[in-house]
Amino acid sequence: MIWIDTLVQGVLLGGLYALFAAGLSLVFGVMRLVNLAHGDMIVGAAFLILILVTHLGFNPFVAALVAMPLMFGFGWALQRYILNRTLGKDILPPLLVTFGLSVALQNALLEGFSADSRRIPAGPLESASVDLGIVTVGIMPLLTFASAVLVIVMLNQIFYRTALGRAFRATSDDPVTASLMGIKPGNVFAMATGLAMVVVTIAALYLGMRANFDPSIGPARLIYAFEAVIIGGLGSLWGTLAGGIIIGVAQTMGAAINPEWQILAGHIVFLVVLLVRPRGLFPRAVD
Amino acid sequence: MAHVVQTRTRAGTIAGGTALLLIAVAIILPAFASRSLIQDLFMILTMLTLAQLWNLLAGSAGLVSIGQQAFVGIGAYAMFAGVILWGWDPVPAILLAGVAAVLLAIPTAFFAFRLQGAYFAIGTWVIAEVTRLLVAQWKALGGGTGTSLPREVTGNIMGVDAIRGLLGVKEAAARDILAYWIALILAVMTIGAIYALMRNRQGLALAAVRDNTDAARSVGVDAGAIKWQVFLLAAFGTGLVGALVYMQKAQISPDAAFDVTDWTALIIFIVVIGGIGTIEGPIVGVIVFYVLQTFFADFGSWYFMTLGLIGICVMLFAPKGLWGLFAARTGIRLFPVQRRLVVGTKQEEP
Repeated sequence: MIWIDTLVQGVLLGGLYALFAAGLSLVFGVMRLVNLAHGDMIVGAAFLILILVTHLGFNPFVAALVAMPLMFGFGWALQRYILNRTLGKDILPPLLVTFGLSVALQNALLEGFSADSRRIPAGPLESASVDLGIVTVGIMPLLTFASAVLVIVMLNQIFYRTALGRAFRATSDDPVTASLMGIKPGNVFAMATGLAMVVVTIAALYLGMRANFDPSIGPARLIYAFEAVIIGGLGSLWGTLAGGIIIGVAQTMGAAINPEWQILAGHIVFLVVLLVRPRGLFPRAVD
Repeated sequence: MAHVVQTRTRAGTIAGGTALLLIAVAIILPAFASRSLIQDLFMILTMLTLAQLWNLLAGSAGLVSIGQQAFVGIGAYAMFAGVILWGWDPVPAILLAGVAAVLLAIPTAFFAFRLQGAYFAIGTWVIAEVTRLLVAQWKALGGGTGTSLPREVTGNIMGVDAIRGLLGVKEAAARDILAYWIALILAVMTIGAIYALMRNRQGLALAAVRDNTDAARSVGVDAGAIKWQVFLLAAFGTGLVGALVYMQKAQISPDAAFDVTDWTALIIFIVVIGGIGTIEGPIVGVIVFYVLQTFFADFGSWYFMTLGLIGICVMLFAPKGLWGLFAARTGIRLFPVQRRLVVGTKQEEP
């Protein structure tokens, strides 16, 4: 019985990790760029939502809606004016620039908000739960998971049903040919990073409402997101959700055995998957 | 037409002579330098060695690792284990650290080499995290809170008494001098080994693999083997430095010894700012780093923020770093590793 409960909690936690990972997966899928500052951007967005909630008195969900266009603009400009300059055959520039960004952003947050743990107040939602017969689950984890599924459905719709998605796929396959068809790869990349930042904002909302956060936790979120992407297989968004769930279940199972093993269990499952299925469980992209 | 391929340059020959002179001065320096200067130079030499090793991985072999703290940490912990659990003297225990780092590097490479490019970077980071979490479970060495070297050990390190007798200094100062000399040996040997490597066939093969793995394979370079060799070599050196640094600190905790900022981020900034892919780059970088550290380290997070932004600007506007800018203007190479074709020179008939 306790194991079913642990399993369900793990699956729901996986929803949060899938939200962390979806933005990373999207950007990698479109332009083969790995943003090492991804985790710090999630934390940054959480602080942005926190400001809107505490200083302007917004409801957290409204605050996230307000933060989305701001984060989109940030992502768009970052890609358009900085990261696009680094793309090319050499993998060093994008890695080192985003790594520098990670360190700079982390310390900027530390300077601005101190090292104190914060939380986005969500009122009665924080402790509300629903009895599903066999297990009782929190409303918040349930909402997180539902949002993750919704985000992945929406991203898939954008990818396969819209002109923008067509531009994403065309640029991803062959930027030169795509530009012959009147697509500007630079703009497409900027749209993709902007969209990824919208997903980051959603991830930040749940990160901040579910648990305490502080400026130093970004890199660990990047690592969980990365593990989910690799387990799922590059280029597959549903695979990313599966990867998130696997990490989430491994962590809750590990924590149930010994609280010190929570994080370790997630990493070990990742290494095992890497050992037996180096290209992930549902690979799509060929790299 | 008569031609020769050479790597020797006049600046290189002068630099070689100057380097020998500098090393000689560095060896006898403790006889008249202040203790704080020796401590600063120790820090500079250890950072320089780590930077050269990371540069070998990323700049020469295209292996961008963000997990070098794994080898610093495991090296330091292996040295502590040798001293505390098995009663070794700290100095020979440093070699144990190199062995431990290589033993960790084998599974690390096995996993991380399955990941390409950018994913390799995060893969090495994950393995460093796993190592940190595992070491934090090692209760005999203090678990998550860490431990210290016992006072009777730090008071009796091999060679300290000889240095006290030789230079007439107090015990703590003699310990600093011992650590400084070992750091000097490590730095000189690392730079010498990398320089020798880059000038022989292996170095040429390495550059070929970095620039185009498929093309390198097609002319008979064993790309897999050469990446393994470089990765293990870098891990060995990084482990030695880790042990040396923590012999000097005499206390350790998993969070400090496996810190990504101290042991990888700062090293990356040193290499990038100085100039990636050259031996001169990390030397310039470490000098810049030392100046920044001396004046701005008190500003804490502002300091790191600035370092991050400088790193970004250098990567965007001068991807070859400060040394790259200088070398492009002047054509000077202090450690020439490029093969230059000299046409029209007289060559002995065979």
